Amino acid sequence: MKPAPFEYVRATSVNEALAALAAGNGEAKLLAGGQSLVPMMNFRLVDAPVFVDINGIAELAGIEATANGGLRIGALTRHYTLETSDAVRTRFPVLHEAMKHVAHLAIRNRGTIGGSLSHADPAAELPAMAVLLNAMIVTVSSSGGREIAAEDFFLAPLTTALEPDEIVLAIDFPGLPPGAGWGFEEFAQRRGDFAVAGAAAVVVMDGDRVTEARISLMGVHDTPLRASAGEQALIAGGIDAAAAAARREVEPMNDLHGSADYRRHLVEALTRRVLRAAIEMAAR
Amino acid sequence: MSAKISVAVTVNGTPHTADVEPRLLLADFLRENLDLTGTHVGCEHGICGACTILMNGDSVRSCLTFAVQADGAEIETVESLGDIDNLSQLQEAFREHHALQCGFCTPGMLMTVTDMLRKYPLATDDDIRDGLSGNLCRCTGYQNIVRAVRSAANKRDGK
Repeated sequence: MKPAPFEYVRATSVNEALAALAAGNGEAKLLAGGQSLVPMMNFRLVDAPVFVDINGIAELAGIEATANGGLRIGALTRHYTLETSDAVRTRFPVLHEAMKHVAHLAIRNRGTIGGSLSHADPAAELPAMAVLLNAMIVTVSSSGGREIAAEDFFLAPLTTALEPDEIVLAIDFPGLPPGAGWGFEEFAQRRGDFAVAGAAAVVVMDGDRVTEARISLMGVHDTPLRASAGEQALIAGGIDAAAAAARREVEPMNDLHGSADYRRHLVEALTRRVLRAAIEMAAR
Repeated sequence: MSAKISVAVTVNGTPHTADVEPRLLLADFLRENLDLTGTHVGCEHGICGACTILMNGDSVRSCLTFAVQADGAEIETVESLGDIDNLSQLQEAFREHHALQCGFCTPGMLMTVTDMLRKYPLATDDDIRDGLSGNLCRCTGYQNIVRAVRSAANKRDGK
């Protein structure tokens, strides 16, 4: 199918985009990489009188090292740029690994990190990475700027805390603790498909003791999920207890790619694998 | 109807200007306005890969891009690769390995592989399969497509 008619505004600055959103009285939408939005427009699942194209806003793209050992990634940064970034590979190897599972080259050439987070597919890799890495989503709207913690950003499938006139400017990833280990595992029907289930972990060790545990799950809940019971179980018990706790925490859906029960099984198996890898890797 | 917008785009080295509706997909602009029907339209939601073209050197889905977004861009379609009497090296590899049957997916495959060959080492056949995972061949002729890409990658590497 073809999209319904719409008016097109090409914004060349954030202020222009804000003005166009304001003029749309809450009905105008942003168009970034379009890799999730345009399919929905073609199917007429999404329709708006005005689309504001932000692809020409150069200030929104780029990866900047921050003083806390982290990265500030512009909302319009393409997946392929993340995939091939040395800064991402050295500061957030788990994010580098996750990018290998994001869609296909032609999609990665166009798709953006801000778009992926705003689309908020619970099976997508980048939202799960944002909650794993305690990212802050930096936004601006007509009423000013704010920073939203990733865990407060994702509200439901395809639903975020963003207001209709709000634009994601950048995603701030604070640096990982020194010596942190990590793991990433995803099960999908084919490379590049959305995850049937996926898990990622960050672990900090002091000798044989886990001092910090983070577990992030995708494809198994109505948002990307920090498995907090699993994290506590890892510190108090161990890998098996953590994997079992994570399994109890999720509320997966039945769909044609897998039953809820199968997804729970995957959560336990994948959580165990990522925790093993992270603990193995963490400096003692 | 929404107001038409002027777009200036270079396709396979030839500059074009046109006034188009914002909702016109780049794939339809290439096929209907420019009569470049080598770019195929399959699923219209970014799954099948048949409409893959190069925009400023990067492979993109022309069904997920609006023509107005190509303003100022350099587009390359399958027509830029070679012709029946003068196949490109990649097209020759596809011919030699019988990497097409009905041919519907072939333009998207060729443009995807063009970008893959520029961007990735493709050290193993698994890497090739990963790279092709966004392009569907309903004849299921994948084995021969992988062989053709292997041959093209080896040629690229001087093997």
